[in-house]
Amino acid sequence: MADTLRTGAKPFTPEQIREMSSAKVRKRTAGEYIERGLFWLLVAGIIGYTIFPFYYAILSSLTPSNDLFATPAVYWPTSLTWTHYRTVLSDDIFLYGLRNSVIVSFGSVALALIIGSFAAYGLGRFKFRGKTPILYIILSMTMFPAVAILGSLFRMIRGDWFLNTPNVFNSWWALIFTYLTFSLPFTIWVLTNFFKAMPRELEEAALVDGAGPFRTFWQILLPLAAPGIVTTGLLAFIGAWNEFLFALTFTQDEGARTVVVVISQYAGNSQFELPFAKRMAAAVLVTLPLIVLVLIFQRKIIAGLTAGAVKG
Amino acid sequence: MSVQPEALPLAPSPSRRRRQGRFAASESAYERRRERFAWMLVAPSVLIVALVAFYPLYETFRLSLTNARLGSTNTVGYLGLQNYRTILSDSDFIDALRRTVFFTISSVGIELVAGMIIALVINSNFRGRTAMRTSMLVPWAIPTVVSALMWQWMFHDIFGIINDVLVNKLHIIDEKIAWLAGSNTAFAAMVAVDVWKTTPFMALLLLAGLQIIPTDVYEASTVDGASRAQQFWQITLPLVRPALLVALIFRTMDAFRIFDLPYVLTGASPQTQTVAVYARDVLVGFQRLGRGSAAAVIIFLLIAFMVFLYTRLLNFEEE
Repeated sequence: MADTLRTGAKPFTPEQIREMSSAKVRKRTAGEYIERGLFWLLVAGIIGYTIFPFYYAILSSLTPSNDLFATPAVYWPTSLTWTHYRTVLSDDIFLYGLRNSVIVSFGSVALALIIGSFAAYGLGRFKFRGKTPILYIILSMTMFPAVAILGSLFRMIRGDWFLNTPNVFNSWWALIFTYLTFSLPFTIWVLTNFFKAMPRELEEAALVDGAGPFRTFWQILLPLAAPGIVTTGLLAFIGAWNEFLFALTFTQDEGARTVVVVISQYAGNSQFELPFAKRMAAAVLVTLPLIVLVLIFQRKIIAGLTAGAVKG
Repeated sequence: MSVQPEALPLAPSPSRRRRQGRFAASESAYERRRERFAWMLVAPSVLIVALVAFYPLYETFRLSLTNARLGSTNTVGYLGLQNYRTILSDSDFIDALRRTVFFTISSVGIELVAGMIIALVINSNFRGRTAMRTSMLVPWAIPTVVSALMWQWMFHDIFGIINDVLVNKLHIIDEKIAWLAGSNTAFAAMVAVDVWKTTPFMALLLLAGLQIIPTDVYEASTVDGASRAQQFWQITLPLVRPALLVALIFRTMDAFRIFDLPYVLTGASPQTQTVAVYARDVLVGFQRLGRGSAAAVIIFLLIAFMVFLYTRLLNFEEE
């Protein structure tokens, strides 16, 4: 700064530099147009690639079977029908599956949030011996292969592991508890970072006002963490809703079988009937609520998904 | 505990020293109380993690040395490493392992390149980038089972639109292909679905890494006459490297343990069997708890080894 004052020369502002460099390019407008055109083509291609399969699933679910199994394939809506949705929604097994998915996902996420937010408060705002190992163990658990504990969890669920533990095979509890293997570490990890980022002054002010650590948590930190808890809960919910391996292995029938397992086993009513339209209708019904939630909370979700990654 | 006015003398007096000592003692008691409280907060989670993850993991190790069977309470016999020998000499397992490694390398490799391109596109300022970022979340939010079913329909040999596009629209191939029936095409289809489903996630992680690079670095290098390719290789890539490694860790682990995609896409056919599908087949299908546990332990050790390698790489970068 002092140098520029003495010599009287001003440094270029970034805007000026950008102007200069773009002025150089502006001479070749044709090249610029081609470049712009290619860029938009790339953008359109990427969006088309990510959206098209879901669009095609919706289209197939609304197309009458006759049109669907015609040789020039349909790409645009021609004649629409709700038949496939009516078939799926009058199917008891599908509806039971939906009920089970809702109960199991809400149950395990609620447990993970309650227990996990306590742990995250402890890990994020207190210093104590053994904290770093606990954090590392929790992080490593998010990379844990579920199949490594499948067999022994199965035994525990059947109750033959310890004295007279009950057999919870094919019940909601089997899934609610086993889903904690991934939803609890995830919740703790994300919320710990969230609590860590809160200003220290909040706690000090509460301490001066005579609040104990529990009241500080309950009345000051928790309300502030509410947005983070909602996002974390939503991400954990999506994880539980989409889980397949445990749901397939630990359940047997409509008593506890979740909806993704139900639709994975959809077959035609006869050997000659192709079940694709019905499957696509079920697929859309299962996915649409998730997509709507994700679109509503998109900013928070992107932040939540990437927060841990950037900090390392 | 009231603080007296003479607590602020110019020279330390014996009484002040005593008071300081007492204060320090009460402070450490306060610290101890806080530490105990923190442990109370963490304890339920530690207990649950021990119960639903560490105990089962220990059990898997223990059972892998026995001939235990699922759903049988007969006394189990100790086999030593016999199960491991059986698994490692089973050509189905070796095939599954080879396939899983190949799947992990090809899908994560493609996802990395495609994800980087998408992240760079979103990171360049243009109108509609929000819409694009939103569209990234669609494949991510769709359950893997559902995306497998969607693509199964698109890959259908007679009515599927992939054959329709390739044969009737683009005329790239002459005859329709039964994608999910042949072993190479089924593998390619599996990679294609995985790439579609997870590239957006990779792109979002890389985008987060790109967004923390300060823009003046680019401005300075533009002044110095660096080309865009030079900027990418010499500025962007080194600076996004930590985020890139983290994304790679997550994706490699996910790809290596993949179960639902091969299970649903080809109906668990042996042609797309991954190690996770193999292990579940032995555990639940054949009810061989001991032998299946040995396969599970091998998978666990391989993944642990990969995490170890990656974290060494990350620590090495940081030093």
